Amino acid sequence: MRYSGLKILKESLTGHKGWKPAWRSPEPQAKYDIIIIGGGGHGLATAYYLAKEFKQKRIAVLEKGWVGGGNVGRNTTIIRSNYLLDGNEPFYEFSLKLWENLEQDLNFNAMISQRGILNLIHSDAQRDAFTRRGNAMILNGADAEMLSTAQIKKRYPFLNTEDARFPIKGGLAQHRGGTVRHDAVAWGYARGADLLGVDIIQNCEVTGFKVENGKCLGVDTSRGFIGANKVGCAVAGSSGRLMSKVDMRLPMESHVLQAFVSEGLKPVLPGVITFGAGHFYCSQSDKGGLVFGGDIDGYNSYAQRGNLPVVEDVCEGGMAIFPMMGRVRLLRSWGGLMDMSMDGSPIIDRTHIDGLYFNGGWCYGGFKATPASGFAYAHLLATDTPHKTATAYRFDRFEKGRMIDEKGMGAQPNLH
Amino acid sequence: MIIVHPLLGPRDSAEFTYLGDASLIDRPDWQSETAASEFYEYQYLRENPAGLHRELWFHEAGDRSWLVVTRDTTTHEITTVEMARDVARARGRSK
Ligand SMILES: Cc1cc2nc3c(=O)[nH]c(=O)nc-3n(C[C@H](O)[C@H](O)[C@H](O)COP(=O)(O)OP(=O)(O)OC[C@H]3O[C@@H](n4cnc5c(N)ncnc54)[C@H](O)[C@@H]3O)c2cc1C
Repeated sequence: MRYSGLKILKESLTGHKGWKPAWRSPEPQAKYDIIIIGGGGHGLATAYYLAKEFKQKRIAVLEKGWVGGGNVGRNTTIIRSNYLLDGNEPFYEFSLKLWENLEQDLNFNAMISQRGILNLIHSDAQRDAFTRRGNAMILNGADAEMLSTAQIKKRYPFLNTEDARFPIKGGLAQHRGGTVRHDAVAWGYARGADLLGVDIIQNCEVTGFKVENGKCLGVDTSRGFIGANKVGCAVAGSSGRLMSKVDMRLPMESHVLQAFVSEGLKPVLPGVITFGAGHFYCSQSDKGGLVFGGDIDGYNSYAQRGNLPVVEDVCEGGMAIFPMMGRVRLLRSWGGLMDMSMDGSPIIDRTHIDGLYFNGGWCYGGFKATPASGFAYAHLLATDTPHKTATAYRFDRFEKGRMIDEKGMGAQPNLH
Repeated sequence: MIIVHPLLGPRDSAEFTYLGDASLIDRPDWQSETAASEFYEYQYLRENPAGLHRELWFHEAGDRSWLVVTRDTTTHEITTVEMARDVARARGRSK
């Protein structure tokens, strides 16, 4: 069923009786060509592009809970392509271009809003670093503009530009960045994949792999064994847990990241603002709530909830830069599992086991990557070669000394 | 989270900084034939368990001692706290 304005009109005149479930709930078959583990944004996008772009058949997505219950439904919805390094920037710019056409492609309203993102600058050294970053973005076909304090004051009069510790000296803006309705991304890809024949199987947890003679033959699940020619893992924060079933130790740790939303306000904040020095970033949702967050809690966790010191730290960061937030009440806070890699960059690669593939290490920045990650992973699964924008996302980069260390933090996952 | 320091009693975890898996105590031998691959594994690969995890915490805003904390990563419950130097010495390290 295609969605359209005409369809809404027709349904509203006929009592909305014609709407159908957006995807089927099939029973798992005994065997598939390709199984994707994890019905988050990346897993669903992978299945969609496998079917659509790479003409693969007999594909299933196995999700232990429900579609959209993981990080794809917990993040702060920011999309951008303001990266510096060669291994990253072409990939994230490819992703942003896919976002720009995603709703037409999926025939699904994901409320993609290119309202712009602004990274604040507080010192001369930071201005130099951001100028370099902006240039790298432009060289890779992205957009970037350095804004002066006066321009920032005009657009965001409520910002505290005179903070004694971190006065605002300018900013790096990417006007094509913005926000997306995160749940709609999961639903849109799920529906799109389902329409192309992909089986989306919820409440189906993968508990182990069947590996014989170095080849993966399928997966054990809470709903029985399911055979496959190829198995692609895309479970984000649960990567360590899943890959331990084949005794793989990964270059990553699982951490918790919290996010917050305030009561609804009238439109006050046009665009996304990041205050890196104080570990705070914020946007305003279409419902009016201020959506904000900061750093990860900083210790290994699979608990999907964080602790109070980070709540305090994030709110202090907010008050330093947005004093107008002081009287706004917090509505909700929550946490998600972060697959924090050792250099802060992801992995899309084969494993040492034939037919077993891995996608993970997205840290707290994998939402924006969803379309490109799905596309590149589908490319790898279908052709056994990396997509041209994802050639650097290999397991062996740590051993070979080819880290993609955007932040220059070294092998310290809790600092990325 | 409250970490019960063996010398100082219960302390707020915010006084500490976190390093990670306590296996970082077991530094490989740099003279071994396979030192390069051992250091790669030591530096980059992690068990990352869902459940009990032994991990290094540094009491930065306190007595600046290193602790080995055993904590459940699914509930954040802390069961044991040891002085890292005792753990290291018990494993044959000089300090
Ligand atoms: C608070 C917060 C804020 C964030 N903000 C941003 C942001 O502003 N911008 C941005 O780009 N990124 C952001 N991120 C990161 C982003 O959300 C993630 O990197 C991304 O969603 C991860 O990919 P995914 O959607 O596939 O993960 P998920 O949605 O977590 O998908 C993984 C799925 O695998 C399933 N699974 C796990 N184990 C198994 C198993 N054994 N068998 C079957 N299924 C299994 C899980 O149930 C889950 O549904 C944020 C994350 C959090 C938590």
